[in-house]
Amino acid sequence: MMLAARDLALAGRLAEISAEFAPGTITAICGPNGAGKSSLLACLAGLVTPDAGEVALDGAPLAALHPRERAQAIGYLPQDGEIAWDVAVRSLVALGRLPHGDAGDAQVEAALAALDLEALAQRPVSTLSGGEKARALLARVLAGSPRWILADEPLAALDLAHQLALLGHLRRAADAGAGVVLVLHDLALAMNHADRVLVLDGGRIAAEGEGEDALSPAIIARVWGVDAHWLGEPGARALSPSRAISPRRSAP
Amino acid sequence: MTRPVPMLLLLLAIAFPLSLLAGRVWLDFGATPNAMVILAELRLPRSLLALVIGAGLGASGAAMQGYLRNPLADPGLFGIAPGAALGAVASFWFGYAASPILLPLFALAGAAGAMALLALIAGRTASGTQGIALFTLAGMMIASLAGALTSLMISLAPNAFAMSEIVSWLMGALTDRGWGDVWLAAPLTLTGIACLMVAGRGLDALILGDAAARSLGMRPAMLQAWLIAGVGLAVGSGVAVAGIVGFVGLIVPHLVRPLTDRRPSQLIVPSALAGALLVLVADCICRILPTVTELRLGIALSLVGAPFFLWLLLRMRRGSGGRLA
Repeated sequence: MMLAARDLALAGRLAEISAEFAPGTITAICGPNGAGKSSLLACLAGLVTPDAGEVALDGAPLAALHPRERAQAIGYLPQDGEIAWDVAVRSLVALGRLPHGDAGDAQVEAALAALDLEALAQRPVSTLSGGEKARALLARVLAGSPRWILADEPLAALDLAHQLALLGHLRRAADAGAGVVLVLHDLALAMNHADRVLVLDGGRIAAEGEGEDALSPAIIARVWGVDAHWLGEPGARALSPSRAISPRRSAP
Repeated sequence: MTRPVPMLLLLLAIAFPLSLLAGRVWLDFGATPNAMVILAELRLPRSLLALVIGAGLGASGAAMQGYLRNPLADPGLFGIAPGAALGAVASFWFGYAASPILLPLFALAGAAGAMALLALIAGRTASGTQGIALFTLAGMMIASLAGALTSLMISLAPNAFAMSEIVSWLMGALTDRGWGDVWLAAPLTLTGIACLMVAGRGLDALILGDAAARSLGMRPAMLQAWLIAGVGLAVGSGVAVAGIVGFVGLIVPHLVRPLTDRRPSQLIVPSALAGALLVLVADCICRILPTVTELRLGIALSLVGAPFFLWLLLRMRRGSGGRLA
């Protein structure tokens, strides 16, 4: 039930990426702008074909899977949160059932309930706040009951309360057995909420492991070029950056 | 949200019998000479053809707007209607238009050529924003090319009569159409609508953007193929038997969308029914207007459609970021 990247390379964006992601855990992919985080996530979701290497799901090449089977296994939440037509929240969430070819009323209702959207189910999405919209888009992913949830900066543009609420939902999904892989910019959220952190720099893996190791001050200084230190206790860390110490490196 | 299909079917059930009676002569079976002949050979095929053409245009418009995620999209963007028109004009030019079968066959050949060209140019890059942009540009290029060749043929028409016939035909009309046209257009249009219905799930996925749609299993090349086939058959066969009938594909999805849950897949059948109703009513009005010569259907619909399009643009300017209906 593993999702694995093997020697992935994507011209100008990724190089020599090998990593394994375990079900039941939350993995955060962090890195500076242009580090290749979104490209790696798109490769893991099977949306971008790497120039070299492969992504494997349960040991089999992801590229060999039928798009519908892949979609049933992997739920992907892009960063842009596009919704082209002003559909009702319930209709939006029900789109998550498209790979299964059924209405999936029970799963849709469960996803709406899990994200506290029942009262908004008939509301047009244009009337939602940013936080409600983010919850609806995540509910769309959950409605597909995927074994893997891959989300590209799902917490961007959300206030603190909504960030924590959304992370709570993702944690529950992981506890239920799903593998969760998130691209996160906020290093404190990654440190406190991810089981494992993968740090990218210039399209390569700069560090990986538990947050305390992968996001150590030394690695932050090397990768982000920022002198910073962590405050608080493990699980409730806050990052205190003090000064920029070097310019950013470019992608491969 | 209401359920538009029963309502539209009811309206069609009322409008269709009335359309059989309406015309320069209001059919009175007790008083009109040859009433049954007029009904069976003129009114019935004409009304059926109005339904078929309107349904094809309405469904195509709904699918196009869903695919391009743009409320201003129209089946004409594919270049298939201009391609079909070019084929039809060629039949006039070469003197085959007098044949009841050759003119539509030429038009269908033109539509098929446009479809093939579109698939050839846009098919290789079917995914992503770039793919949709290439698709739109390819369609516009084909429409421009076909329009230019049509104009060239008109300007080089062998005689004034042929030129007049071509121009008149291009205006779009259902005058004097018979059962042969119905048998030609109906199966092709219905097949086209069926293709568009197959594409509906992919269009629904596109609500979330290209990347999310592909993550839901949508295959861009497959979706594009169904759309080209669906719009090609539905619009191409309509142009083949009635000429250019514009604006139906643009207007109808807007009128119907508020009655649905706004998913493209749920819009295709209601748009087909509403398109059928619109063309049927418009054709009836063309028939009964007391003009010296019958108003052309294409002109009538453009007279209604152009102000509607303007209203749409003004509403977009006032609205929220271009999202409509």
